[in-house]
Amino acid sequence: MTAAVETAQTTTIHGDRVSLLRVLGPAHVWALGVGIVLVGEFTGWNFSADKGGALAALIVCWVVGLLYTSVAMIDSEVTSTVAAAGGQYAQAKHIVGPLMAFNVALFLVFAYTMLEVSDAILLGDTIVAKAGVEGLTHNSFIAATIVVLAWLNYRGVLMTLNVNFVITAIAYVSIVILFFSVSPWTQGAVLKLNELVTPGNALPYGWIGVIAAFQFGIWYYLGIEGTTQAAEEVRSPARSLPYGTMAGMITLLIAAAMTWYVCASLMPWEYLGITYYPLWDAGKLTGSPLLENLLFIATLLAALASANGCINDAARAWFSLGRDRYLPSWFSAVHPKYRTPYRSILFLLPIALAFAFIADLNQAITFSILSGVLQYTFMSINIMMFRKKWPLGSIRRGYTHPFHPLPAIVLFCLCMVTFFAIFLGFGSQLIAMTVFYFLISLWFHFYRYKFVRRGDQFSMPWPKPQGY
Amino acid sequence: MWMGLSYVCWGISVVLAAWMLYDWFKVDTTYSEETLTSSREGELEAVSEKHRI
Repeated sequence: MTAAVETAQTTTIHGDRVSLLRVLGPAHVWALGVGIVLVGEFTGWNFSADKGGALAALIVCWVVGLLYTSVAMIDSEVTSTVAAAGGQYAQAKHIVGPLMAFNVALFLVFAYTMLEVSDAILLGDTIVAKAGVEGLTHNSFIAATIVVLAWLNYRGVLMTLNVNFVITAIAYVSIVILFFSVSPWTQGAVLKLNELVTPGNALPYGWIGVIAAFQFGIWYYLGIEGTTQAAEEVRSPARSLPYGTMAGMITLLIAAAMTWYVCASLMPWEYLGITYYPLWDAGKLTGSPLLENLLFIATLLAALASANGCINDAARAWFSLGRDRYLPSWFSAVHPKYRTPYRSILFLLPIALAFAFIADLNQAITFSILSGVLQYTFMSINIMMFRKKWPLGSIRRGYTHPFHPLPAIVLFCLCMVTFFAIFLGFGSQLIAMTVFYFLISLWFHFYRYKFVRRGDQFSMPWPKPQGY
Repeated sequence: MWMGLSYVCWGISVVLAAWMLYDWFKVDTTYSEETLTSSREGELEAVSEKHRI
C-alpha cells in the first residue's frame, strides 16, 4: 500500500497534466481478466449443452480454449509493445488505421457494457430466485450493482482491482472446493458421468450441434482480452500484461474443465442446457447446504467481479476515443484526485442502467458475444500486419508469441466458425449489428474524422513500418 | 428481510449516484477544462522509467 501511495505521488501530475495512475501489478491484471470472465463458468457456458449436448460443451470448452489461448498470446505481444489505455483500440490505431481503431473501440465498449448489463441482470435474478418472495423484483439489485461498482471505479483503479482480486479469488476457490467435495476421482458415489453422458446422448444433434455450441462456448473465456485496458495503469506493462493475461488464461482453462466435469456428472444435458445457475445447481445436488450457499455467494461474487471489470474497461475505451478526438474530447477528462476517467464512467452508467432495465438477458449476452468475436477477428489480422510492418528485431517487444502465424490462422478460422454458429442462433442480431457498424463507420469517415488531430494520435516512438 | 434489502439497495444507489454527481460538479467547476483533459497517450510511458516504487 505504501509503495502504491508513493507511486501515486510521483506519477500524478507531471507539468500541469493530469494522467491515469501507474499503480497496478500482475495480480491486478489477473484480477481484471479472470474477474470479467469467471462469471461465464457460473452461467452461460452451459447453454452450449442445449445446442449440442454435454459432449459438445466439452469439445467447445477445449476448442474455444484454443481460440482464447491464441487471443491471449497475440494480445500479450502487441499490448506489451503498445501500452496505452484503450488496449486493442490503441493497437488498431497504430497498426491498421483510424477507421479500424474507431470500430474496435466500439466493439470494446459494446462487449463490456453489454456484459456488465448481463452480469447485473444475473445478480438480480439470482437474489430473487434465492429469496422466493412474492413481489420482489430484480430492479433494485441491478441498480445497486451498477451504481456501487461505478462509484468504486470512480474512486480509483487500485481499490477497484484490489476488490476484484479478492472476490474473484473467492469465486474461483469455491469451484475448486466443489470439485474436491464430490470425490472427482471416483464415479458412482456422487458423480454419475458414465450414466449421464452415454454414446447414445453425448451428441444428440451430431456435429452440427457442436458447431452451434460455439456460440455459448465463448462464455467459458469471454473477456480475458480485457487485461490490455490496464496497459496505461500498470507499473511495468511489458512484464505485467503478458504475465497477468497468460496466468489468467491458464486459471480459466482449469476452471472450465472442472466446471464441465462436475456439472455434466450431476445433471442430464437437457437440464444443464437450460438452467441459469449450473454451478449453484451442482452445489444443491450434492445435498450439502454449505456447498449450496457457497456456490450461491460465489455466483453473486463472480457477477460482481465481472461487472466491475467491465465498467473499468468500457470507460477506458471510451476515454481513449475522447482523448484522440474520435469522440468529443470532453470524455477524456481525468479526475484530478482519483486519477480515473470519471466522465466516461458517469456517461456509461445510465446507458448500462437503461439496457439492464429494458433488455433481456439473452439479447444482452448475444450483443456482447458478437462484439467480442468481431474484435477477435480483428486481432488475427492485426498481428499479421504488426509482424509484417515491424518484424522481430525492428522494435522492442515485451513478449514474443511462438509459432507465428499459426495462432493467427487458428484464431481467424475459429472466429469464422463462431460467426456461423451465431448466425444459426441469432442471425437477425448479427445482421443488425453489422449494419450498425457499417453506418457508424460512414459517420466517422465523412463527419467525425475531420475533428481528429491526425499527427497527435500516433504516440509510439517506432521506426517507419517496413515498406513505407 | 429481502424486501428490506431491496429498499436498502435503492437507497444506496440514490446516495452514491448523488455523491458522484456532486463530485462531478465540484471538480468541473474547480479545475479548468484544459487541465482535466490534459492527459496524453504515451507520456506516462516516458516517465515510468523514473518512478520510485
